[in-house]
Amino acid sequence: MNKKIVVGYDGSSASDNAVDFAVNLAKASQAGLVIAHILEWSPYTFLTPNEIEERHARRTEELERAHKAVLDPVMQKLSKDGVEATSELRYGHIAETLIKIADADGVEQIVIGRTGHSQLSTRVFGSVAGSLAQAAPVPVTIVP
Amino acid sequence: MKKSFAAALAASIVLACTLPAMAQSIDEQVNTLFANSTGWFVSFIFSPFPGTSFPWIVGWLVIAATVFTIYFGFIQFRAFPHSIALVRGDYSDPEDAGEVSHFQALATALSGTVGLGNIAGVAVAVGIGGPGATFWMILAGLMGMASKFTECTLGVKYRNEFPDGTVSGGPMYYMTKGFEERGLPAGKILAVMFAIFCILGAFGGGNMFQANQAHAQIANVVGDYPGWITGLIFAAIVFAVIVGGLKSIASVTEKVVPFMGVLYVLTALVILLMNADKIGWAFGQIFEGAFTGLGVAGGFVGALIQGFKRAAFSNEAGVGSAAIAHSAVRTKEPITEGFVSLLEPFIDTVVICTMTALVIIITGQLVSDPETGLYVLNEAGSAIQTVDGNSGVALTSAAFSSAFGWFQYVLAVAVVLFAFSTMISWSYYGLKAWTFLFGEGKTKELVFKVIFCIFVVIGAAASLGPVIDFSDAAIFAMAVVNIVALYALMPIVKRELNSYLTRLKSNEIKKFT
Repeated sequence: MNKKIVVGYDGSSASDNAVDFAVNLAKASQAGLVIAHILEWSPYTFLTPNEIEERHARRTEELERAHKAVLDPVMQKLSKDGVEATSELRYGHIAETLIKIADADGVEQIVIGRTGHSQLSTRVFGSVAGSLAQAAPVPVTIVP
Repeated sequence: MKKSFAAALAASIVLACTLPAMAQSIDEQVNTLFANSTGWFVSFIFSPFPGTSFPWIVGWLVIAATVFTIYFGFIQFRAFPHSIALVRGDYSDPEDAGEVSHFQALATALSGTVGLGNIAGVAVAVGIGGPGATFWMILAGLMGMASKFTECTLGVKYRNEFPDGTVSGGPMYYMTKGFEERGLPAGKILAVMFAIFCILGAFGGGNMFQANQAHAQIANVVGDYPGWITGLIFAAIVFAVIVGGLKSIASVTEKVVPFMGVLYVLTALVILLMNADKIGWAFGQIFEGAFTGLGVAGGFVGALIQGFKRAAFSNEAGVGSAAIAHSAVRTKEPITEGFVSLLEPFIDTVVICTMTALVIIITGQLVSDPETGLYVLNEAGSAIQTVDGNSGVALTSAAFSSAFGWFQYVLAVAVVLFAFSTMISWSYYGLKAWTFLFGEGKTKELVFKVIFCIFVVIGAAASLGPVIDFSDAAIFAMAVVNIVALYALMPIVKRELNSYLTRLKSNEIKKFT
């Protein structure tokens, strides 16, 4: 199994749609699925001394929670449906990290759900879909 | 019910009216008590070398910085590019994303040191020592980089990691663990002494002095009013943050402070560019004044003392506080945090302090005799005559405002925020020393935090000359103990350094990007 489809997943209903879509796609092209959950994080933010001290413990907690609340349910559902899938849990800028995962061998395309942010926030911060469309090394499908 | 409420209201009004008077009498009592019981300590710490006016504690810091600079082969210059690469994240393992980055550790430590020292301290140095003080300040900043490098490497190497994932580090821990490892005696005694001085320094220079100067700056802009009001407001906010765990205020401050710092430097740069033709002259004054004194109080020795003293106050190199701040970073190599920390005195002293000094010199705040070119002293002969008779933070404010009138308001906001972030940092340093002495525990920590908040009010309420003298002395006393430990443990740092540099050369440690 070499071919892979990366799904950007955050537990929202839009990202559930993306998974459903990607499952059909994977079945049709006999590709494997990579369910990727990215925790938004930047190494250049500013923290208080206390936050710095607790950061390592927090990170462990955050990873656990992400597994339990976001990734485990979808992975269980996929395995029940007999779909072969692996999961990726990472910290970073969402679009950049998805691109990094997609750079790995055999990734055919990226599937993400449309989040539907307001125009203003998109204008100010940019959107994951927009950044992926501009910079992704493989085709990107946006599921409404 | 209503009656008791009214009674409570009346009582609180009476209390509010008598508070200033109470604070006044408490002030006097505290002043006298402190002056009587701690005067010997203050005069001991700041006493000059026999037959000179050079305080031995400044010599102690400068000699240490020189020793570390030579012992580590001018590490501050050799490792400078590598330090930048570390902060940029070139050597950070992507697997560690989500942990504290080098950048974050540096930014947090910087917001603890960048503050009044850079704004008020420099003005004092240039006001008394003349432009030449800038030269010695820059030199002390460059040398201080080696002290920071040494203490922060040790801070990370000997920190305590607890099962819940939190970390405690700092001089107390390298004194106990490091001395034991090297088979040296008295590590525990040094650690206890350091912890005591650190707590006193946290209450004083890291708290009362900040509250006091913040109040002075606010009163300067909005007009005079009783200090205890500022004190209560500050104490309430500090209480909300350190006791109530109200993180939003602290994180807002942590985000605003760096921008204030950048805005400060940018404004200074714009003023310098507007006076570009005078930059050469200003540096000429700095170099000439460094060796001749240009007629300032105390001649060139006066310039030298002021430069060294203010640099030490500002960047805290050798004091040991930075070792506490830097020790929580996630790194497999303690030495990398040493590399990162050496940027701290550079940014704090060599960049920001120099900007302040240049702006004061270039905007012509210091009055000189047009015929001889020498500076004119004020009537008391203790400092250089300034255009409006300003000194301290008011001198910096006047220098910046002479170019941009609105900047005094920005500066007032900046001073308050810097003071607040310094307080938050020092409450953390003090707490670490406190838990080292008394052990970890919710109640024990609460006791410290409540005392800390009380000192905020006391600090803002009045000018507590002797108390502030004492707290400055306590911060420098931290350096006395800390530097002894640094001398004892520097071979360990050298071993770490050599091993790391060898592996860096052989590409065993390489960039991830």
